Amino acid sequence: MSLHTVAKEPFIRIAKREGCTVRRSILVYFLGLLGGLLVSAVIIMLITGLNPLEVYASMLRGTLDFEAIAQGKWNKLWYALRDTALLLCIGVGLAPAFKMRFWNIGAEGQMLMGGLVSAACMINLSDLPNPLLLLIMAAASIAAGALWGFLPAVFKAKFGTNETLFTLMMNYIAIQAVELAVDIFDKKQSHSVGVINLLTEKGWMPDLLGQDYLWNLIIAAALAVCMYVYLKYTKHGYEISVVGDSVNTARYAGINVKKVIVRTMLISGAICGLAGFVEVSAISHTISKSTAGGRGFTAIIVAWLAKFNTFVMALISLLLVFLDKGAVAISSDFGLNDYISQMITGVILFFILGCEFFTGYRVIFRRKAGSAGKAPAEGENA
Amino acid sequence: MLMTIANLVALITNSVLFGTVIMLGCCGEILTEKSGNLNLGVPGVMYLGGIASLAGCYAYESGCAAKGTTPAGYLCVIIALVCGFAAAALGGLLYSFITVTLRANQNVTGLALTIFGAGTANFFGGLIMQKSGGVGTINLSATAQAFRAQIPFLPKNWGVVSEVLFSYGAMVYAAVILAVAMSLFLSKTRAGLNLRAVGESPATADAAGIRVGRCKYLSTCVGAGICGLGGVFYIMYYIKGMWANDGYIEALGWLAVALVIFTGWRPVNAIWGSYLFGVCYWVYTCMPEAVSRFLASTLGLTQITYTQNLYKMLPYIATILVLIIGSIRQKKENQAPQSLGLSYFREER
Repeated sequence: MSLHTVAKEPFIRIAKREGCTVRRSILVYFLGLLGGLLVSAVIIMLITGLNPLEVYASMLRGTLDFEAIAQGKWNKLWYALRDTALLLCIGVGLAPAFKMRFWNIGAEGQMLMGGLVSAACMINLSDLPNPLLLLIMAAASIAAGALWGFLPAVFKAKFGTNETLFTLMMNYIAIQAVELAVDIFDKKQSHSVGVINLLTEKGWMPDLLGQDYLWNLIIAAALAVCMYVYLKYTKHGYEISVVGDSVNTARYAGINVKKVIVRTMLISGAICGLAGFVEVSAISHTISKSTAGGRGFTAIIVAWLAKFNTFVMALISLLLVFLDKGAVAISSDFGLNDYISQMITGVILFFILGCEFFTGYRVIFRRKAGSAGKAPAEGENA
Repeated sequence: MLMTIANLVALITNSVLFGTVIMLGCCGEILTEKSGNLNLGVPGVMYLGGIASLAGCYAYESGCAAKGTTPAGYLCVIIALVCGFAAAALGGLLYSFITVTLRANQNVTGLALTIFGAGTANFFGGLIMQKSGGVGTINLSATAQAFRAQIPFLPKNWGVVSEVLFSYGAMVYAAVILAVAMSLFLSKTRAGLNLRAVGESPATADAAGIRVGRCKYLSTCVGAGICGLGGVFYIMYYIKGMWANDGYIEALGWLAVALVIFTGWRPVNAIWGSYLFGVCYWVYTCMPEAVSRFLASTLGLTQITYTQNLYKMLPYIATILVLIIGSIRQKKENQAPQSLGLSYFREER
């Protein structure tokens, strides 16, 4: 192509990148992560005036405390794995909804409702044998979560009601419901139910092979594998991805879009509800409005960044939990408050989100026509 | 307890104050969304605005206290507004960079901004609290007083009318004026028209010679700044110059986002819409006691006041109803900007 006009080429120009190799995207995301860690270290340094290496060491101790491990204490690692499993659970629940481009911001509420009915069963049905009680709790939490996902879905399918805000408002209704229920359960007017069945341990998930949290990992892993297969190899999964790409195409292909939306949200809500059961029965043994603790929102980012591949989601969950634990360790080691973990998570997320650009586009600086330049966070020419 | 005039007046004034917070958030978000950017970081930027104004005024007031002078009210207000606007606009800048320049997904970026803003604000809020001597010790009385100062020449002796209409600080009226001004800006000025063109069809706007990127950046940053003023109003006026990490700003921020849809992207509607949300929130104070007693005994609550949690669901349920009704009616002129939520890349067809 010859240039007719000699218009000045812009200094920076952006072009689409055709396909991105796996190696390249790993490199980009790795650099992005590194950048995020660097920036957050600088922020912590500016606030505390500490040596960044010390800060990183403290961060690592949040998950891997080698001194404790040398003494045979693996607690921190188990806590990290437990939290990873929970985050993964919610992420797995969100994956089908988001793949369908249904913005389910309501995982928080779905999880809370699941946790709430679990706690209600623990309190009111504590005479039942434990295995039966656990089954009832799981079933009830699945039903509650599914209901919380069903309502926005049905209106989305029927009238096109904005699901982002609908699901968000359902979160707040769930929060108020939990607060109300706590006051109903608790007759001592302390606004807290405390640890439920502390003495009888009824409705508590039993330990497995002597490990308190092994069940959590098994549940999360099973869900992740099932969801992977469901999304990738089943007719339902195919329908979800078609609806997500284009509702019109789906309609043309004879897919019942309304049915797919409602069905998918039932599944999504159900899994998030089950995550509430896991939290209440196998981790905290209590219920409060902070039971979900913002995980419903973090899980959205997990699902999105992994592009709904549940195995990648496990890695991202682990990373986020590692960061979170690290930030909490930093805050306790240096006497800061633990909101710093939210702040650092935010910074890292910005960097990872920004990375998407460098896998999808090329930045071309003005030099000679057609020569590709070096972009920030770009190792080599494409 | 029957509903008395005093109750009603209290309900209205509380609702107006509550409404002003989300009105500012809503107006800011409308400006942002008109450029096609769906910023779900409203709670985050409100947090940023709130904490920045708190930090600025805390520094000023404690500086004055150290020197033994009394803080000047007008300076307090200026510091709060400037700090709040600037911090929130910086949050908007970050958002624009990631979504406009780097073309990342707007919803996810907005959520990340909310996480970041809430974390940052609560972290620094904690630091300032620690510095001032513990939970509940921050009390920016001079600033709160300046914000709450009534406008001098408005009549104060008209009884109920004065209480309902003229008892507020200047910012309540400023928010209303802002909403009207923004409506005029969007519908009557060339710049507003350009902005709307960008939000409807960036490619067309680009072809017409409008600089799409700059327009999106500008409206997002200014919009975020206005949302931030909502945070400032909440901290300095609504809770009278204190800090509480109870997640309240976040809930208000989301209500503001919901209000945008409620208004059909028209700032003028935000005026009555936000007050209506306020009434939904505060109406429980006027709930007849018989109703509360009945509910409490049915639910097995030990205290009648515990029914509050039930009433506090109202604004959220009302929002959902509004969303549903709005979607059923589907009026043509009340739709979202066409390209809302999509990033624009010139070479894309």
